[in-house]
Amino acid sequence: MSNRTTVIPFGPQHPVLPEPLHIKFVVEDETVVGAIPQLGFVHRGLESLVRTKDYNQMVFVVERICGICSCIHANCYCNALENMMGITAPPRAQFLRVIWSELHRIHSHLLWLGLFADAFGFESVFQQFWRIREHVMDICEATAGNRVILSVNVVGGVRRDLAPDQIRWMLGRLDELQKGMRELTNTMLDDYTVQERTRGIGYLSKDDARLLGAAGPTLRGSGWEIDERMHGYAAYNDLNFIPVVENDGDCYARAKVRFYEVLHAMDLIREALNRLPESELTVKVPGNPDGEAVFRVEQPRGELFYYIRANGTKYLERMRVRTPTFANVPPLLHMLPGCKLPDVPVIVLSIDPCISCTER
Amino acid sequence: MYMLKNVLRNLSGKPATRLYPLEEREPFPAYRGVITNEVEKCIFCNSCARVCPTDAITVDAKAGQWHYDPFLCVYCSACVEKCPTKCLVQVPTHRKPSVVKFRVLRTGTPRVKKSAAAKGKEESGAEKKAEQE
Repeated sequence: MSNRTTVIPFGPQHPVLPEPLHIKFVVEDETVVGAIPQLGFVHRGLESLVRTKDYNQMVFVVERICGICSCIHANCYCNALENMMGITAPPRAQFLRVIWSELHRIHSHLLWLGLFADAFGFESVFQQFWRIREHVMDICEATAGNRVILSVNVVGGVRRDLAPDQIRWMLGRLDELQKGMRELTNTMLDDYTVQERTRGIGYLSKDDARLLGAAGPTLRGSGWEIDERMHGYAAYNDLNFIPVVENDGDCYARAKVRFYEVLHAMDLIREALNRLPESELTVKVPGNPDGEAVFRVEQPRGELFYYIRANGTKYLERMRVRTPTFANVPPLLHMLPGCKLPDVPVIVLSIDPCISCTER
Repeated sequence: MYMLKNVLRNLSGKPATRLYPLEEREPFPAYRGVITNEVEKCIFCNSCARVCPTDAITVDAKAGQWHYDPFLCVYCSACVEKCPTKCLVQVPTHRKPSVVKFRVLRTGTPRVKKSAAAKGKEESGAEKKAEQE
């Protein structure tokens, strides 16, 4: 029977995944028996740029590590440097950072929900998710000046402020988004065809999720209540944050986590907008950084980790980024063997791979 | 079947997208668009070139020249915020597409010592040149 084994390449160019992830699937008939990953197609060497760009310019570089959660990368980097220098961003800046981070979480999750629907062939849901995503993109553009690369964080605070009329307009757009989400709730969570394609597919048990080091919705979809926002960086301490947890551990549970995280992020933004404190936007930065710092934040895909070493000059010595997709690749390779070939795109997408983040 | 209502409404309703090149949306006032230098006010202090993360700006203080490469620029507006005389302006419209690369060169009054200031004023023909490369 061994001559019935075939190797099928998946990626780096594949219709379901625009990012260059390459996996060799060993299949027997329709069943996947092995998966061998290959990474390294989009390495850009962004970490080594710390030696040629000063630490303020690096904010714009770290934002470009990821094209979808750029603001959260900058948030993590600025927080790490602020810890190192012993300064704290003013309260208003902390709240604004939460607002923009959560806007990014919403648009990342809506993009993913659309792509996920596309992976199991539900094109109209795909289009509808991307249609309501425009509300968030418009909010980002109107408040920060850009749709995706917001460039609002600087070391010591934020660069943009929200005017009262902008806040009113934002709340209105969020209500429209909420309406759009309500229309899609039944389709995404109760529809028969969606459940057929996602329930029981790509199962990751609670123990395996922990053992293999899963992060983010992949981890929370397997029943672990672990979220970096529980540590209360930025203003999450002051807001009413509750992590979303599902226990099933399959693709459906991970989709459900992301769907409810969108709704919860909208609540967080509303709460932050209503309680936005009055203060300065930036604090004065005392000289150049010196020492070591580590910081962790929650990206849409999971835990993001920054290590920074500085030597008292304006150029940093070393920066190390660990992204959640890197943590989620071992669980993915654990989920794949045993599945049917048509389920492969659904399972690969269920960890929300961001390969540009992973390779930098 | 939950999606049917939505699909029918989208089928009969207006499209969500615009016929872009023909029909353009009003830009948001806070949008980061084209950066221009009102060179009459520029003191060629080099602050913009120092903060630029992509080295898109180079300043020649002696010749009074401000070079700017819009194809290197990432429109982060760090230079606009740093500018001490507020001579850098960012308008909320994006740059029009171009088939050739070019650099923007703005020539103004060079920064001169106070004794020679009167002499410098005579040649303050601020003009914009777009050099084609």
